[in-house]
Amino acid sequence: MSIDTLARADERIKSEPFLTKLMKRPELGAIGGVVLVTIFFMITADRTMFTLSGVMNFMTPAAQLGILGIAAALLMIGGEFDLSIGSMVAFAGMVFGVFVVNVGMPLVIAIPLTLALAAVLGATNGMIVLRTGLPSFIVTLAGLFVLRGAALVGLKLFTGGSTQLRGIREAVEGDFLAPIFSGDAFGFVMRWLAEAGIVDSFKSGVPKVPGIPVEIIWFVAFAAIATYILLRTPIGNWIFATGGDALAAKNSGVPVRRVKISLFMLTAMAAALVAIITVIDAGSTDARRGFMKEFEAIIAAVIGGCLLTGGYGSAIGAFFGAIIFGMVTIGLTYTKFDQDWFQVFLGAMLLLAVIFNNVIRRRVTGER
Amino acid sequence: MSAPIIHMENIKKHYGNVIALNGVTFDVRAGECHCLLGDNGAGKSTFIKTMSGVHKPTEGTITFEGKPLSFGSPRDAMEAGIATVFQDLAMIPLMSVTRNFFMGREPTKGRGIFKRFDIDTANEITMAEMRKMGINLRGPDQAVGTLSGGERQTVAIARAVYFGAKVLILDEPTSALGVRQTANVLATINRVRSQGIGVVFISHNVRHAMAVGDRFTVLNRGQTLGTATRGEINPAQLQDMMAGGQEMAELEGSLGGTI
Repeated sequence: MSIDTLARADERIKSEPFLTKLMKRPELGAIGGVVLVTIFFMITADRTMFTLSGVMNFMTPAAQLGILGIAAALLMIGGEFDLSIGSMVAFAGMVFGVFVVNVGMPLVIAIPLTLALAAVLGATNGMIVLRTGLPSFIVTLAGLFVLRGAALVGLKLFTGGSTQLRGIREAVEGDFLAPIFSGDAFGFVMRWLAEAGIVDSFKSGVPKVPGIPVEIIWFVAFAAIATYILLRTPIGNWIFATGGDALAAKNSGVPVRRVKISLFMLTAMAAALVAIITVIDAGSTDARRGFMKEFEAIIAAVIGGCLLTGGYGSAIGAFFGAIIFGMVTIGLTYTKFDQDWFQVFLGAMLLLAVIFNNVIRRRVTGER
Repeated sequence: MSAPIIHMENIKKHYGNVIALNGVTFDVRAGECHCLLGDNGAGKSTFIKTMSGVHKPTEGTITFEGKPLSFGSPRDAMEAGIATVFQDLAMIPLMSVTRNFFMGREPTKGRGIFKRFDIDTANEITMAEMRKMGINLRGPDQAVGTLSGGERQTVAIARAVYFGAKVLILDEPTSALGVRQTANVLATINRVRSQGIGVVFISHNVRHAMAVGDRFTVLNRGQTLGTATRGEINPAQLQDMMAGGQEMAELEGSLGGTI
């Protein structure tokens, strides 16, 4: 047999239709969801929802959730869960608040310290999971309660009995790092666009949207970097391999432990980042911060195509999953529907996504 | 005859008070297929795990290319050139063939923070290596889950060969396969052997072993019962040795010689 005949394509294989190729992308469901939700609100919601300020309105909560969701997606692809991220937001927020208000640290010290502390706690989660071999679901469920309680106790301790710590905005005012973690970015672009008449402005000439909220920038950047790492670096391959079959990955030389611990650290740090951004934005922090966010982040990841069993999913999917979330939470206020339909929607969406993912996975991998 | 690539002398392995291996001697030369036969529980798995660096022997010496050697981890053994294809294949069904092929050893391009997985090169190499083994993939992004058992086995073997294996240990590669797929895998073993790689073929199927083996070593109750070269021994004798003689003969009688 000559090389030529060998190289020729197998005659039993039909060329793959475009649609089938598209179906192989894990994020397909989430993109489809965004389209559906957009159409729904185009019909039912007030037209202001899709103006620039309306978009910023729903993208801000989407971004806050999305930063958690993307990290949760990476961790899920790596085969683990972290149910403690919501509580981590509260705990990191408390720690950060104490650092800047009670200790009086500048942001350049307070932010790295908060992130480092979160990373240590994340690594601890990872170590416990790896050492004990228990499901991360249970280990981090313990973390959910421990950190929430610690946040509450800490707040009372440092405020003298209150569950809210105020004065953060005043404490960080004028800090050179503050613009990176709070307020709006690209204000000059908006002003320029307003002058040119491209975006709406008030009579005074000030644009109605003063800039892009920083969390949206963080969100988009994080999604881009996470997707790049996942699909185009060896580390990405290790994450898929670790979640697909940790033993097989280990036997092939993938540093499974390091991958898992790094991912736990990443999720915890993502939670701390969200805490820092939202705490500066609100000017205060309380023990309820980040409540239920662990579940919402996991739901965003699942809508984004992550399998609960690990080894499959996408970061960009979680990005779109979070946008669906933001659109629905905020979008309902633009409609005549009761806002509390949100919860119903949440559950339905999760169930639908899981069923859809399962069908797609079977198709893609030819599992019978 | 050439000197053995790896020589395992009087290997013993104890787990607590259980003696899993009690003095096993085994070697592999370049370009031969040495079959390790034994019934379930004979110690085959323990032995190959010792050979591939998963376990350290309690006693005994390992000589690799003439030098005494002790593997600290499977990684050490892999780097030395001992590749093991375990029964579970170390394949991840949800991942593409390329991603599986290069799992843990991804080719990169660029430097510093721009160092990235060179997916185009990886795809090309995977397609080419699989073609050499006689398998035409639909595409490099085909998930391993869509391949048949024999094809998966071949991917695992091709991967080991590509990464420079000098000794290839195959742990019961044909045990779960159909007739045709078995034939394909045996053909692959032949191909690999002709490239000068020493193949260790673990099996309890005498027929499969006879089809490709150059030498045969039988393991029973943690001990080697001896090594025979091709032509010195017939399938019935091997079968007898594996089963430990006596009882098997009786059984076989009652089954009318069907085993």
